Amino acid sequence: MTAPLLSARAVTKRFGNRVACQGVSFDLWPGEVLGVVGESGSGKTTLLNCLAGRLAPDEGTVEYETAVMGTVDIHRLSEARRRLLARTEWGFVNQDAREGLRMGVSAGANIGERLMAIGARHYGNIRQSATDWLERVEIDFDRLDDRPTTYSGGMRQRLQIARNLVSEPRLVFMDEPTGGLDVSVQARILDLLRGLVDSFHLSAVLVTHDLGVARLLTHRLMVMQGGQVVEEGLTDQVLDDPHHAYTQMLVASILPV
Amino acid sequence: MPDTNAPQAHDAAYNYAYLDEQTKRMIRRAILKAVAIPGYQVPFGGREMPLPYGWGTGGIQVTAAIIGRDDTLKVIDQGADDTTNAVSIRRFFARVADVATTTKTEEATIIQTRHRVPETPLKEGQILVFQVPIPEPLRMLEPRETETRTLHALTEYGVMQVSLYESIARHGRISKGYNYPVLVNGRYMMSPSPIPKFDNPKLDRNPALQLYGAGREKRIYAVPPYTPVKSLDFDDHPFEIERWTECCAYCGSTESFLDEMIVDDQGKRLFVCSDTDFCESRRK
Repeated sequence: MTAPLLSARAVTKRFGNRVACQGVSFDLWPGEVLGVVGESGSGKTTLLNCLAGRLAPDEGTVEYETAVMGTVDIHRLSEARRRLLARTEWGFVNQDAREGLRMGVSAGANIGERLMAIGARHYGNIRQSATDWLERVEIDFDRLDDRPTTYSGGMRQRLQIARNLVSEPRLVFMDEPTGGLDVSVQARILDLLRGLVDSFHLSAVLVTHDLGVARLLTHRLMVMQGGQVVEEGLTDQVLDDPHHAYTQMLVASILPV
Repeated sequence: MPDTNAPQAHDAAYNYAYLDEQTKRMIRRAILKAVAIPGYQVPFGGREMPLPYGWGTGGIQVTAAIIGRDDTLKVIDQGADDTTNAVSIRRFFARVADVATTTKTEEATIIQTRHRVPETPLKEGQILVFQVPIPEPLRMLEPRETETRTLHALTEYGVMQVSLYESIARHGRISKGYNYPVLVNGRYMMSPSPIPKFDNPKLDRNPALQLYGAGREKRIYAVPPYTPVKSLDFDDHPFEIERWTECCAYCGSTESFLDEMIVDDQGKRLFVCSDTDFCESRRK
């Protein structure tokens, strides 16, 4: 098999005396979706930010197998290179779509931004890809010139996904992509994400506190508590046969419908 | 009314050209750096000037730092030599710098301008000083200064293209008519100050030195002579300048930038050259 796409080794991040995440190590293989679950404050988002190069860890390394430059330690790259990676080979889906979108410009401009950032200068072509992507995320193309402020929460989230995937990234970081949405909208977005991950052979790191989301989307699961990984394994295995007491508690606290 | 063009002995109550020598030296250092890195905004210690921000405090400091007794100064405001702002800045330098002033573009060695580039082509040795309100071209798109500096440092100018895209999506064309963003020497994104986009092509490979001073924001930047200046556009929506169906009502020019005037209560309209010197020279 080929090399892992992303490999974290003993990633530790402290804020003052407080340990946000400690000694997290894992490998993410191409085409794999890794879920990170745990309660609020367990260090999931901090870990994600460290992986995506948005926060520098205090210890440990994060290596990424790039498409063109070989394997790089993302925290040793120059800022220019890291930002280039982030807008070509990576995507980042925020929990709050307003953080990931430009709310002042139309949906088309939001989707086209990455293309223009990597040098696209043909208005017609940019617009065409924006239309295609809008269709892929199931938004009517006549909303192309509307601003995201006029979109519903679910549509904004789908727009954010389109905006990230337009440059055909290899790795997507997702921070609670369905948090704060109602259940039926969540289901549609999960469906959409599952389809996109399949058809584009995406790898992803998905942070969530919702075990249902994790079950549906992820292949492998890491359970975090107090900044440490307490259990990891195949998603079905972890959820059906939790070993660690904390995981058992998490699984047991899913409300039966 | 005194003849504003007559040279006067400089007012001994002030240092030559108003600013003290240390300040002028500091500004000259900033200018040298700006010329060395075309389009890059160099911070400088802007001083209080005897006119309000927005009236040309940046331009006037740049002019004060470079002016000498053998210079001939022309000041224009929206192309006109006879508006309040232009007249008072011209008088100011006649008084504090003992310098000859003119309204003729060819005779001037320094031209301080607000919102226009003269129609008469500039020559080598001339210096065009722009008054700049907002030096940062990305400011309206990205409010954080730390972020805009990073974007300049990393040449990440996609966001400016996004604003042009948005303009076409909304209006069917690039609707920006002034302060049209340019890329200087293939490297730095620059705000050409609020000149009409009609003047953008004149910035490209101009034989004169262009200096830009922003007083409130305390930035100086420059375009050295013969530097390529490219206006941003899309392949299928190329950069275009304004066109008029009329000609100038006074001189009949069809090539110059025209101002529209309403001349009576019936809404009768008249188009005249915005560059008064250009218009007058054609009428002689």
